[in-house]
Amino acid sequence: MAGVTFKGVTKRYGDVTAVESLDLEIVDGEFMVLLGPSGCGKSTALRMIAGLETISDGELLIGDRVVNDVDPAERDISMVFQSYALYPHMTVRRNIESPLVVRSYPVDGPDHPYRKLTKEERAERVTEAARVLDLEPYLDRKPAVLSGGQRQRVALARAFVGRPKAFLMDEPLSNLDAKLRANTRIELVELHERVGTTVVYVTHDQVEAMTMATRVAVMSMGKLQQVGTPREVYDRPVNTFVAQFIGTPPMNCLDGVMGAGGTVDIVGGWLAGPTASPDGPVSMAKLDRGRKVVAGVRPEDLVITTDGTVRGEVRAVEWLGHECLLFVKVGDQQLVIRQPGTTDRSVGDVVTLAADPADVHLFDADTTERIA
Amino acid sequence: MKEVGLALTFLAPSLIIFSVFFYLPFIRLLDWGRYKSQRGGLSYRYVGLSQYREILTGPEFTDGLRHSVLFVLYTVPAGLVLGVLLAVAAHRPLKGIKIFQAIFSSTLASSVAVSSVLFLFLFNPAVGFFQVGWKEDPDMALFAAALPSIWQNLGLAFVIVLAGLQAVPEEVMEAARLDGYGPFRRLVRITLPLISPVLLFLVVVLVIFGFQAFAQIQIITNGGPAGASETLVFKISRQSQNYGAGAVLSIGLFAVTLVVTFLQFVLLERRVHYGDE
Repeated sequence: MAGVTFKGVTKRYGDVTAVESLDLEIVDGEFMVLLGPSGCGKSTALRMIAGLETISDGELLIGDRVVNDVDPAERDISMVFQSYALYPHMTVRRNIESPLVVRSYPVDGPDHPYRKLTKEERAERVTEAARVLDLEPYLDRKPAVLSGGQRQRVALARAFVGRPKAFLMDEPLSNLDAKLRANTRIELVELHERVGTTVVYVTHDQVEAMTMATRVAVMSMGKLQQVGTPREVYDRPVNTFVAQFIGTPPMNCLDGVMGAGGTVDIVGGWLAGPTASPDGPVSMAKLDRGRKVVAGVRPEDLVITTDGTVRGEVRAVEWLGHECLLFVKVGDQQLVIRQPGTTDRSVGDVVTLAADPADVHLFDADTTERIA
Repeated sequence: MKEVGLALTFLAPSLIIFSVFFYLPFIRLLDWGRYKSQRGGLSYRYVGLSQYREILTGPEFTDGLRHSVLFVLYTVPAGLVLGVLLAVAAHRPLKGIKIFQAIFSSTLASSVAVSSVLFLFLFNPAVGFFQVGWKEDPDMALFAAALPSIWQNLGLAFVIVLAGLQAVPEEVMEAARLDGYGPFRRLVRITLPLISPVLLFLVVVLVIFGFQAFAQIQIITNGGPAGASETLVFKISRQSQNYGAGAVLSIGLFAVTLVVTFLQFVLLERRVHYGDE
């Protein structure tokens, strides 16, 4: 097992920079999720770990070894692809066995030379992987007759069987239906806990990131935005991108200017900023009056109250069963409020809103970086 | 009943075309085999099935068949292997690769006559590039006549294999790289099995083309020297006096092609992987 370290890694395709000077340390044994929208560079980063993409600049380490120029097969990693990439002409058994047949492994411990596994050792490993992933009844079938979930488990077994230093997963759940996806998430977490191997997992689905990750690395436009536990990126997003990318519906971001006493004036009212709260020590110098800011409030942190400080008109009501979303127009901006259960508000109602100052995030209007 | 009528209605166009241009002439051909004709068919007399026995065991048929089989053995494996190798070589994202792809497939776009004449020039004893005298050598004449076919089969195999390769999922090849398959192993263990339906198609079609080849032989050797490169089709074309004999030879060729094709399916299809089974 080993961690993976990016040191200023850049990937360019001609004039396009897919990944820009990425610094990221993936700790041995952690479940790291690379999260971001399409084209943010997360898959490219993963494929560089695999060795399927060359590195334009910087250093990539697996364990202590720089692997920039190491062949994919020599990196001691395995990968689960979005399409599973099973060999359609081979049985499940041969698919799982496949890496063992051609590669050499440190079977006799780290101090002995790598060697190929014997037939018996291979059979033993395949049986073990099949047992762990519930594939024993299907070993002699071809992938085409399996369901999506079974194919996915075959792909996992093939990745698992070589006991690699790290598992790489490229959106492995996106071809499954919603119910199976939820189950597989849990199974993946259990599998990770059991084997303890480093996992680098790429997805654009924040639910997968929040539910499975030890830490999340949020990427956008080829740049790393924030690394942290799911809780950290949700509670303290470093910029408006992360704030709005994580959470459904996304965080409300309102343009405003700093008013007196750490409040934020917006068209249609004002919000008490985090500085006004006792546990929000922010240098007042940063928060000069008149400074343009973006105030962020999560939909669940806004409450409708008679003494609210923001006044708006309900534009739409979405009832989702367990909760209900109110879309409120405030000045020329729109807010989403999450209300538990049902609501007696209807379109056209005028409401006043408030938020706990501790739940208000402040970002610089120009740089979009977090101020407080 | 209504469905049968509907089915027949939809089948009618092809049934009519096949009947007029294939089934009826074929039945007529079977019948002709029982007559000996002379003077280009101006007079003929009934000889019954004895003509079948006589011709199918005679040297015309056996020599012709031997040459046809040799022609197939010269043209099919060589064209197929070269086409596959070129396609594998040209199936990569390189700048300007389209130019090579166009060049390699160009042999397909040239007609048999053109490519044969090209090779005829190459063999020209005075100005040709290959002044080896193959055309005049009974042992090499058929091979010389096969060269344009190899050249053309290569283009056909290239185009079809390249299309097959492009249908192989990229992720499967990447998985194979990560699993440790080197370039040669990837080709043999992953790529070729995945394009096996395409390869089977090519083998079947190229073998049939080989049995049917005519123009290249006529242009390059004209069957010579002394009939050393007369394939079955060539022999059939020589039966302008006795149509009956020509009919029997044609039916012989048809039967051989049918059996060979059937055998290919039986022997090879087990090893062919189709995506959805």
